[in-house]
Amino acid sequence: MAKTAVQEFTKGLWAEIPPFRLVLGLCPILAVTKGVENGIGMGVATTFVLVCSNVLISMLRNIIPKKVRIACFIAVIATFVTVVELLMQAFAYPLFLKLGIFIPLIVVNCIVLGRAEAFAAKNKVIPSLADGLGIGVGYTLSLGALGGIREVLGSGMFYGMPVFGPSFQPFGFMVQAPGAFVCLGLMLCIMNMMGKK
Amino acid sequence: MRDMFKLFIVLVIFSAISGGVLAAVQNATNDRIEYQQLVFVKGPAINLIMEGCTNDPLQDRFKIKDQDKERDFFVGEFDGKKNVVAFETYGKGFGGNIGVITAVNLDTDKIIGVAVTTHSETPGVGSRTKSDPAFGNQFKGQPITDVFKVKADGGRIDAVSGATISSRGVSAAVVQSGEIYKRLKNDLKNKLKASQG
Repeated sequence: MAKTAVQEFTKGLWAEIPPFRLVLGLCPILAVTKGVENGIGMGVATTFVLVCSNVLISMLRNIIPKKVRIACFIAVIATFVTVVELLMQAFAYPLFLKLGIFIPLIVVNCIVLGRAEAFAAKNKVIPSLADGLGIGVGYTLSLGALGGIREVLGSGMFYGMPVFGPSFQPFGFMVQAPGAFVCLGLMLCIMNMMGKK
Repeated sequence: MRDMFKLFIVLVIFSAISGGVLAAVQNATNDRIEYQQLVFVKGPAINLIMEGCTNDPLQDRFKIKDQDKERDFFVGEFDGKKNVVAFETYGKGFGGNIGVITAVNLDTDKIIGVAVTTHSETPGVGSRTKSDPAFGNQFKGQPITDVFKVKADGGRIDAVSGATISSRGVSAAVVQSGEIYKRLKNDLKNKLKASQG
């Protein structure tokens, strides 16, 4: 328990990076990473919810009765998710149209509830903030990376801009669901190989 | 028993606070969300039929209470005169309601343009009522109070081939805008006069 806030933050970037190490939150990662923009947008939304719910749950951890803690966590998380949804509609409507149903589904994202239950409910506010931020940034980076790989291979573009010449034949498989599984599997494999050393 | 009561109280307080927060956020973002939806959902159709106008019809809009419903009207300025209004009506299509924007010139009572905003018609068949400009152009220049019917029903609108039901829905929506126009013509004229200054 003597870990510093910095350590809590950095563990989310590598040692416990959500999709690859914890293998959590796979549903949105497979569904929305057709491109970098979608991936990052989803990641930022999740990070916001994660940080806010971690901080609030940590503050309330002595008030919330043990027996109904899951219900309380879900209420807190659902509130923040709805806030994100409304804000996204107000300020980034095209992104909202692209992400659609996956924004409300952040409520049931295992990462958010997992961090609330496993970390925020047992730790003080500052470490919880760092933990939420670290995991969130790690998640955003992984979504962005996966989105980038799929976008470059699948449609020959990066962030909506063409990267190859006009002769490039897009590898359309990559922007479809099976491509997401294959890409994620390969990235998991690489991460594990690097961890073995 | 006391324990149960405490759980109950905590959950009620939680839900009440989150309800309050959500209401506040919803209140704060409501206008902006409405505007964003106008820009990204109705905007393209409105700009299409109001081509050549010298103002921004999305900014220049007002509401009129028609029977028990508030309707949005978008004003178009042509040759320095604000004499065109556009508004949305719905007709029943093949896959649900089709939203149709009709723009009318108040001086001549003639239709300036008709365009589809939202629909869930079959892609490539019924959706051509939206994407094929030739279909919408048939309404151009016609008196708004006419009864529009597709040729299969004895009218003079050429249905998009293979999409009689969708075309019928659009025609019905235009007929409905004619009825609204008849009802509200005086109100519209007064509003436009007021905005002319």
